[in-house]
Amino acid sequence: MSTTATRQEIEQRVFQALEEFGAEPDQIGPDAEFEAMDVDSLDLVELAQIVEDDYGVQLKGEDMEGITTVRQAVDLVVSKLP
Amino acid sequence: MNGRPEGSALVTGASRGIGAAIAGALANDGWPVGVNYRQDSEGAEAVVKQITDAGGRAIALQGDVSDPETADQLFKRLEDELGPVLVLVNNAGVRADGLSPQIDDEDWQKVIDTNLSAAFRLTRRALRPMIRARYGRVVNIASIVGQRANPGQANYAASKAGLVALTKTVAAEVAKRGVTVNAVAPGLIETEMTEGIGGNLLEHVPARRAGTPEEVAECVRFLASDGATYVTGVCLTVDGGLTA
Repeated sequence: MSTTATRQEIEQRVFQALEEFGAEPDQIGPDAEFEAMDVDSLDLVELAQIVEDDYGVQLKGEDMEGITTVRQAVDLVVSKLP
Repeated sequence: MNGRPEGSALVTGASRGIGAAIAGALANDGWPVGVNYRQDSEGAEAVVKQITDAGGRAIALQGDVSDPETADQLFKRLEDELGPVLVLVNNAGVRADGLSPQIDDEDWQKVIDTNLSAAFRLTRRALRPMIRARYGRVVNIASIVGQRANPGQANYAASKAGLVALTKTVAAEVAKRGVTVNAVAPGLIETEMTEGIGGNLLEHVPARRAGTPEEVAECVRFLASDGATYVTGVCLTVDGGLTA
């Protein structure tokens, strides 16, 4: 678990996860939209698990409401870093 | 073990009856098993001994699944000792029978808590690591009583019917991650829970006998196996034809 993860590290981790979920590498980017990459709610549940395991950030269901882009997801994680 | 990831199985209510048989069957298939029990430590230790004597691995895990804290505790202990939990069998169940006008709130709630809510909490806890592992097997032990009326068991029936609905919904949610979720619905099985139930019931069973815990366990073993990878969201009835 990183003690002070940078925004860039988190963004890279999110990109890596998206690729694991089957998103096309050329679609992944800082402003990519989840729906356009076929990333669905189960993928986001898994992303929340990854974020918890790697950064100690707990994302609840209500936190994830309205998160539709990579930028929003990364901002959310950064805002909750311990 | 056929290329499946390293992991363990948790069977709740496994100190006797169907749960004990399930623990044995999974151990025979190579799963290290967490044998959960609430009070019957002797029974649980006997199940563990039977498994380890046969060359398998098992540990006894005390915990009352109706307590919301228990899920995390059981998983943590099993993960530490035998590895990530890839098979969860929600078998722990209680009865508190009575005709509806006479079932009090306590008897209603404890049956719902143990038979249904506990299964939900344990499943919730199991899913996130299973999703990450891209492999998981959840098997919920339901009952034919959840499908056909049996006067005197409104609470039990509601909990078991609810368990089947939970099974199907969760199955659809996680299928794309290689996690299957199924139910097994036993009919009349020879265990302590059915001792004292009227002999007339057997006349209605086409097979003319009660089933054995091993016959139920075999269904669970199949659903937990690699062979059942494409089976999810089903309720496998094992009742000698009673509800046919």
